[in-house]
Amino acid sequence: MIRRNWKIELPLHLMLVPGLVVVLLFSYGPMAGVVIAFQNYIPVKGIFGSEWVGLEHFRYVYGLPETMTVLRNTITISSMKIVSGLLAPLVTALLLNEIGKRIFKRTVQTVIYMPHFLSWVIMAGILLDVLSPTTGIVNRFMEWLGLSKVFFLGNADWFPYVLVGTDTLKEFGFGTIVYLAAITGINPALYEAAVLDGANRWKQTLHVTLPGIVPIIVLLLTLSLGNVLNAGFDQVYNLYSPSVYSTGDILDTYVYRIGLGNGQYGVATAVGLFKSVISLVLISVSYFLAYRLANYRIF
Amino acid sequence: MVQQYSWSRKLFVAFNYSILAIMSLVCLLPLLNVLAVSFSSAAAIEAGEVTLWPVDFTTRAYSFVASKSEFLTSMGISVQRVLLGVAVNMTLTILTAYPLSKEAAHLRFRTGYAWVFVFTMLFSGGLIPSYMIVRELGLIDSLWSLVLPGAVPVFNVILMLNFFRNLPKELAESAFIDGAGHWQTLWRIIVPLSMPSIATVTLFTIVGHWNEWFHGLIYMNDPVHYPLASYLQTIVVRLDMTQLNDPTALRFLSQLNDRSLRAAQIFLGMVPVLCVYPFLQRYFMSGIVLGSVKE
Repeated sequence: MIRRNWKIELPLHLMLVPGLVVVLLFSYGPMAGVVIAFQNYIPVKGIFGSEWVGLEHFRYVYGLPETMTVLRNTITISSMKIVSGLLAPLVTALLLNEIGKRIFKRTVQTVIYMPHFLSWVIMAGILLDVLSPTTGIVNRFMEWLGLSKVFFLGNADWFPYVLVGTDTLKEFGFGTIVYLAAITGINPALYEAAVLDGANRWKQTLHVTLPGIVPIIVLLLTLSLGNVLNAGFDQVYNLYSPSVYSTGDILDTYVYRIGLGNGQYGVATAVGLFKSVISLVLISVSYFLAYRLANYRIF
Repeated sequence: MVQQYSWSRKLFVAFNYSILAIMSLVCLLPLLNVLAVSFSSAAAIEAGEVTLWPVDFTTRAYSFVASKSEFLTSMGISVQRVLLGVAVNMTLTILTAYPLSKEAAHLRFRTGYAWVFVFTMLFSGGLIPSYMIVRELGLIDSLWSLVLPGAVPVFNVILMLNFFRNLPKELAESAFIDGAGHWQTLWRIIVPLSMPSIATVTLFTIVGHWNEWFHGLIYMNDPVHYPLASYLQTIVVRLDMTQLNDPTALRFLSQLNDRSLRAAQIFLGMVPVLCVYPFLQRYFMSGIVLGSVKE
């Protein structure tokens, strides 16, 4: 009915102009700016005046001992987060699904997904206080139990686990909602059939609920593949200190420190570019897998 | 319906209620502790008496914060940022989502346009080049540096365009027959029909702008321009006490515990979020389905 007609179509193109301008400036502009990863960039000379150095920054970074540490930390922390970020909400959703009292269910849901909305600045402020080795309630509680005190945020052995634990605490409520929504979508007739076959609640969970949400588990797991190099800048930056760099420093914090901290723009951009390229590959693979396995399309 | 439960079922139910109650408490207790500290006297805090309830109740920390001009200024900047940011984000989200919700037959280059936006979710130039662009455009120390770089939230655009797509096509078509162009259809048919999802995306954007701290930190050279989240980052996390060196403040501080001062600021910083977030639950239910399931 509506024919291809420039006059009718023109407003649609005009509507896209502001968005395109913003994206070209602030997303594609920086993409072009990655050329300084191959330059000895000096701010006063600018991109066009600075000297080209080829792959020198990459070689330099590759030779630094901390590069491997940072890469290892990033992958360890993010993998642990992916696993616990998948299991904790899954278990919580299955437990919540067994709750009969609506008010209790609603209250628990509302309380546990609240931390998701707090920024890591607020969370860090709270955690620095409650995890403090001298005055924090966690250590006072552990002392009361007869355990020895732990400097959670200053001890390099503990730090990665504190990151994973607090990240799970912040996000598991949000994930729970996703799984609950998936559980709600399961056909009730399947449960009725299971009951007729003599299945109790446990058997129903095992043979109806779990298989019913396998697609969403697969989907979330594949999509999380794209985040393997994102170990959580906001969290780490607000919680770490030099005493835990050996296990807690990640790619993003590293780029920030050497780039905006030390002013080594070229080197920092090289590390950032490395991360972006690997991430692009990982995200593409994860989207492709999600499409093949779960018929997921982003638009 | 009265049902006979086996003892093992009863045991499970009891266990289930307790474990979920414990999970909720783990999320809630740290907040209560911080709140209790913010309302307790310095002596009680130093003696380690405060756990979950204020001891020796006082609002001194709050009156000190209320008298601190840095805190109030940064709060004002945050309010401005939220207003400007929400206006820009929502306008651009709707303007971008509407054309992209059309089929390729009605919009030439639709696939090309869509990829231009989606690619920004897959690849980014990284921190340093983004910073340099903002600096080159002269946006350092300007409120626009906190609004423009993220002015098109592509994820929200995708949510919106999927929502637009699921509206009955007949509505837009009959508007066309009555002589309405795309602008009129968008503002008078599509937007009013999408109010529920626009409202929820707006709430999310408010929370996002209120919480965002990193851009404030790197794009503002002068701390005077920090929004509240960035200001709190320097005060609460980096423990920067240099701003507290005038004598009246010091005298006031002698009766104050710095923990209670920090606690009061943390709590004030999250009040707006605590007010808004309960309204967002419905969004997840519909939003996640919107974003992932296609017919």
